[in-house]
Amino acid sequence: MTNDSRLELAKKLVKALEQGKESDVNSLLDEISSQRESEMFHEVGRITRQLHDTMGGMGLDANIASITETDIPNAKERLQYVITMTEQAANDTLNVVEKLLPVSQDLNEYSEQLSEKWERFLVREMPFEEFKGMTAEITNYFKESRNALQKVQGGLNDILMAQGFQDITGQIIKKVIGLVQDVESSMVELVRISGAKSNGSKKTSEEKVLPGPVVPGVDDKAGDVVENQDDVDDLLSSLGF
Amino acid sequence: MKILVVDDFSTMRRIVKNLLRDLGFTNTVEADDGQTALPILEAGGIDFLVTDWNMPGMTGIDLLKAVRANPKLVDMPVLMVTAEAKKEQIIMAAQAGVNGYVIKPFTAGTLKEKIEKIFERIDG
Repeated sequence: MTNDSRLELAKKLVKALEQGKESDVNSLLDEISSQRESEMFHEVGRITRQLHDTMGGMGLDANIASITETDIPNAKERLQYVITMTEQAANDTLNVVEKLLPVSQDLNEYSEQLSEKWERFLVREMPFEEFKGMTAEITNYFKESRNALQKVQGGLNDILMAQGFQDITGQIIKKVIGLVQDVESSMVELVRISGAKSNGSKKTSEEKVLPGPVVPGVDDKAGDVVENQDDVDDLLSSLGF
Repeated sequence: MKILVVDDFSTMRRIVKNLLRDLGFTNTVEADDGQTALPILEAGGIDFLVTDWNMPGMTGIDLLKAVRANPKLVDMPVLMVTAEAKKEQIIMAAQAGVNGYVIKPFTAGTLKEKIEKIFERIDG
């Protein structure tokens, strides 16, 4: 609505009022307000389009839906899968270790016994009869140790294979990091558009959650955490422990 | 010597148990949080408690407080093995009466050293 047309309408309105033409007055008022309204609708439309274009430009309108509907639940599952895989690998490894520890323990004891006898043989303190027994034992020891070492070899291979989880979990975690970055940049852009000032309104509800493992470069910036066992020991000894 | 190992992750319990066995402690019992640990402790026969901090149900720090509040268990040696690394948390555990604090990830050597230190102090 230009100034000229508004002035025109205003003059007509004054004239109609002076002449007491009630119906003209009403229709003029309607015309003025309808022009105002259409201008307002036009402006709202323009803002809406601008918002839509901006969101579209960032890939937000399509992205946000897919992030909330699929990507975040996906990420939760991915991380759950990481837990499952790492637990599996840890269990596989521990199983092998538990199986092999007695094998190596037995072999160790056997070789200790034999080496003690062998020492006595070397200093010629062994009667001939015992020597004959020892040769049989040595033959048996070779057989036992070959069996045991084959088991150890197989177990070491199993442990080796169990580490394969790292490749997969690494990739999964990288994907989740990518998603978190997407969400972060979308949020930043949203905050910018809405002009809202993020005054750190939230926080209280998370205070009760235990901080847990320190991720270097993330959780150790404030200097209120210990880096290792030496730090713990220093802190405790400063408390008189 | 009977040792109770409390951790919500079974793999961590296995690791601690294996390390303890390597140190000559073969008699171990397991619990997955403070709530399941406390009845085992109250039933008697446990000489040493190794506990995590962050567990569902009842945390390790609450378990420690419960142990110190129980006249039957007040002198029980308690070793905390945890990823909780805030200085204020370590101080809190010390004030609650913990006998040792091992931060995860830890080595077999660290666990051995802390356990031996606790026994030295008890014997001395």
